[in-house]
Amino acid sequence: MIIHHPLLGPRDAQEFVYLGDASLIDRPDWQAEDAAGAFHDYLYLRDNPAGLHRELWFHEQGDRSWLVVTRDTTTHEITSVELARDVARARGRSR
Amino acid sequence: MGYSGLRVIYEALTGHKGWKPAWRDPAPQSEYDIVIVGGGGHGLATAYYLAREFGQARIAVLEKGWIGGGNVGRNTTIIRSNYLLDGNEPFYELSLRLWEGLEQELNFNAMVSQRGILNLVHTDAQRDAARRRGNAMILNGSDAELLDQDGVRALYPFLNFDDARFPIKGGLLHRRGGTVRHDGVAWGYARAADRRGVDIIQNCEVTGFRIENGRVRGVETSRGYIGAGKVGVAVAGSSSRVMQKAGLRLPIESHVLQAFVSEGLKPLIPGVITFGAGHFYCSQSDKGGLVFGGDIDMYNSYAQRGNLPVIEDVLEGGMALIPALGRVRLLRAWGGIMDMSMDGSPFIDRTGIEGLYFNGGWCYGGFKATPASGFCFAHLMATDRPHAVAGAYRLDRFRSGHMIDEKGQGAQPNLH
Repeated sequence: MIIHHPLLGPRDAQEFVYLGDASLIDRPDWQAEDAAGAFHDYLYLRDNPAGLHRELWFHEQGDRSWLVVTRDTTTHEITSVELARDVARARGRSR
Repeated sequence: MGYSGLRVIYEALTGHKGWKPAWRDPAPQSEYDIVIVGGGGHGLATAYYLAREFGQARIAVLEKGWIGGGNVGRNTTIIRSNYLLDGNEPFYELSLRLWEGLEQELNFNAMVSQRGILNLVHTDAQRDAARRRGNAMILNGSDAELLDQDGVRALYPFLNFDDARFPIKGGLLHRRGGTVRHDGVAWGYARAADRRGVDIIQNCEVTGFRIENGRVRGVETSRGYIGAGKVGVAVAGSSSRVMQKAGLRLPIESHVLQAFVSEGLKPLIPGVITFGAGHFYCSQSDKGGLVFGGDIDMYNSYAQRGNLPVIEDVLEGGMALIPALGRVRLLRAWGGIMDMSMDGSPFIDRTGIEGLYFNGGWCYGGFKATPASGFCFAHLMATDRPHAVAGAYRLDRFRSGHMIDEKGQGAQPNLH
């Protein structure tokens, strides 16, 4: 698979390490009333869709940036690649 | 009619005209007491043990494709009972014991071959870990033998013993482990279940569950609605997809694992060898092909095919361990979809929905578990109580902190 890195252009997927579902960006609030339950779901449960999947890849053998890759799990076709930093900021993280 | 040596001779002399299909091809009835979703090894074994051990009647197995077309026909055929943790090892030991009596019980030659599995060690720390694992196995009634380098050399003189980086220092030998002809397992269970009245319905995909007041009433399928008193789902690889139809989110990711077979060779590898410094394991089939595998591809996939980097990685592992493989040609490579669970261990459990039971999360260790998985799932469905050796395989174990993490990797499914 070739991942079109937003900054570096087309890179072989071998340069990356895979983490998992991009929902891992949405870490729950540890001070919330239901934090224990929310962290259980966050850590252990997955949608695991057959079809489009937004997922986190780490460019370990490259610029060490985190990417959010949208990929079809039934064909391995990659349809979009974003910097995870941009995705997280758009969701209100790290302001 | 039973299978026997005499029967083979008789049929050979009479032009093989007496063989009948090994199981019927019935149309689905409108209602069953028990419906098993998934006609793989685990689903067929479950139906068989429900009928034989627990006296259940009116059972159907629904299979989306055909019997033997899924992971039961895609794995690398290894059976073993060499786990470390209490939640696992008694279960796998039961499974190995069931394998040992399987062919007589099913009246089917599944070619169970206890040719021994050797896990190689390359460092002092690995030897300590192997000793500990071996002791855990023996404590649970399994067998283990720690070999030094000379012991390994006597078995497999062609291994790369003096590799500068990963010298082979010994190995843990599990003599009762081995291989089984995987299609034979699917066919044997299918035939034995059919002979006890189980309806095996192929080309019948479950598209939804009918659930009323928290209780399952039946399943919607591509061949119409089928009512059911109890429904058991055993569709590892597609567990999330199927259970999502009942509104469940699982602690599972689906990943693709590739497997390989070489051209046929004269007898070279009598048992099963696993490399301890990379992910590579190898055995030789009775047809002569070397059957081997390694890591999963590491990313979520339902594609039943992987990519080239992992093929290269597996073959590099093979070359590092057995340099003689250098001129062997690869015949085929294929992929299967694994339920990778959050701690690397499976589930055999009730769900929050009454009458709906779940079996899955087998990672890439489901084949060896087939008999015990079927037996324990049948026990759970028939009695509503987990079998003693499968009590740890609960769906809520992450909430309660009772993970069964053999490798200590944490909640990262692709590392198990």
